[in-house]
Amino acid sequence: MAITFKQVDFTYQPGTPFETKALTDINVTIPDGSYTALIGHTGSGKSTLLQHLNALLKPTSGTVTIGERVITPATNNKDLKKLRQHVGIVFQFPESQLFEETVEKDIAFGPQNFGVSEADALKTAAEMLDLVGLNQDLLKRSPFDLSGGQMRRVAIAGVLAMKPQVLVLDEPTAGLDPQGRLDMMEMFARLRHEQHLTVVLVTHQMDDVANYADNVIVMDGGRIVKTGTPREIFKEPQWLVEHQLGLPKTTAFAQQLIARGWQFDRMPLTEDELAEDLIAQLPTTAFGGATTHDE
Amino acid sequence: MMNKLIFGRYIPGDSVIHHMDPRAKLLLSFYFIGIIFIANNWMTYLLLFAFTFLAITMSGVKWSFFINGVKPLIWLILFTVVLQVLFSASGGPVYWHWGIITISRLGLINGAYIFCRFVLIIFMSTLLTLTTPPLELSDAIEYILMPLKAVHFPVYEVALMLSIALRFVPTLMDETEKIMNAQRARGVDFGAGNIFQQMRAVVPLLIPLFVSSFNRAEDLATAMEARGYQGGEGRSKFRILKWHARDSWVTVIFAALTVALIFLRA
Repeated sequence: MAITFKQVDFTYQPGTPFETKALTDINVTIPDGSYTALIGHTGSGKSTLLQHLNALLKPTSGTVTIGERVITPATNNKDLKKLRQHVGIVFQFPESQLFEETVEKDIAFGPQNFGVSEADALKTAAEMLDLVGLNQDLLKRSPFDLSGGQMRRVAIAGVLAMKPQVLVLDEPTAGLDPQGRLDMMEMFARLRHEQHLTVVLVTHQMDDVANYADNVIVMDGGRIVKTGTPREIFKEPQWLVEHQLGLPKTTAFAQQLIARGWQFDRMPLTEDELAEDLIAQLPTTAFGGATTHDE
Repeated sequence: MMNKLIFGRYIPGDSVIHHMDPRAKLLLSFYFIGIIFIANNWMTYLLLFAFTFLAITMSGVKWSFFINGVKPLIWLILFTVVLQVLFSASGGPVYWHWGIITISRLGLINGAYIFCRFVLIIFMSTLLTLTTPPLELSDAIEYILMPLKAVHFPVYEVALMLSIALRFVPTLMDETEKIMNAQRARGVDFGAGNIFQQMRAVVPLLIPLFVSSFNRAEDLATAMEARGYQGGEGRSKFRILKWHARDSWVTVIFAALTVALIFLRA
């Protein structure tokens, strides 16, 4: 399901002294089936944009087209349910949305709101728990007894249980340890392929952008300043610094190599790419290349 | 929804009223509510309205804020006014009579006065909260309550509780909005359906709010202990309240207003 923004402006609390313009002239399409990363420093408007993806916020002017549905400033708040079922949002620190007595009931909460029978929803809950890599014997436990990482997985399972076509993730790995972070990102990549999801990822982790995304939207000051593939975005380190963004570790390392005289035909984004490029350069220059650089 | 809540909202500004000592503002606001009851004819109410109008104009805060302050209470006000008109002791010519219900000239006048009182009180207290940061207000309350220490009233503790409560109002509101969004994304319709459905919709909001408030309280307590908080006795202050000449002048103006009211009342 593709989502298209057309000349979208958004202002918080218009007509009061607290009026703040959060989005200005947003024109962008999130293609069906893509893995789109939304990056930008704090306060750049990412979270506001994200809430337009399932009409939690409506544009102050312009239109947002979500699949078939067109959202305009005049759209009625009623019957947006269908839309919210299709676009699942995992908010920052989603574990704070848990409330039910048992893990099972909490995961089944979403589908039941969308008219799925209790029995079916509970069955889905058990499947989802598997999907997010948790053990079945957690089903009857209270979500508040779990560890932070487990709670987050349960919350994500609660969103997945709605069977959305678009999965929106707002910094899903914030506050997790490195292993938990890697597991979580691998889980999303796997889910995307198994369930044919369109994924939108809001993140500050450039490594995740380089490793998983195929489409990047860069925001600054409520505007979209650049869109493209990760390779297009990361090829200009200077530009990224100007917008208070960083490089993936691998690309930063490659930049240091370039400063010492190495050359790359493409900007390596992942460790595998970097390794390939380095190996490709070894046979011609042999080990001599490396020694000359050490001088 | 949160945007409409006006109570306790501070609008930064640079007027004389903004710069007044919060103690003066708090005491004079209460005093104003007291002297409203001196007024008993149209001249005195006119004077009070002129005074309020002047104060609001001086504060530089937009009128729409005051109108919005009255809006949520309008039904309560109208209810009271209607009761007053229909059931109060009658006097003067009677316009309509049915059973125990009487509409008389005096009843109508009394109703109008009640309405004026409500509007005046709301305007003045809205002016107080709009021009005073909540923490200054709680400092003022602490100061004013100080004499109660003689009877072992826990003034410092109450003041601390008040400051913390005020400090966390915006935080809780943000939190509420975040959790509401998360649950709406899971298909909850807030404010739709019959009363029973609406009450059920609140559960997924309240429980996470309780959980996070308790966590927050625990974190706050730890942070305060880590920084050596010992309670109020002998504790120095970051915001020191200072009584300026302008505060004395405003007090004099209020005294003059009182004299004028007594002079003009019937």
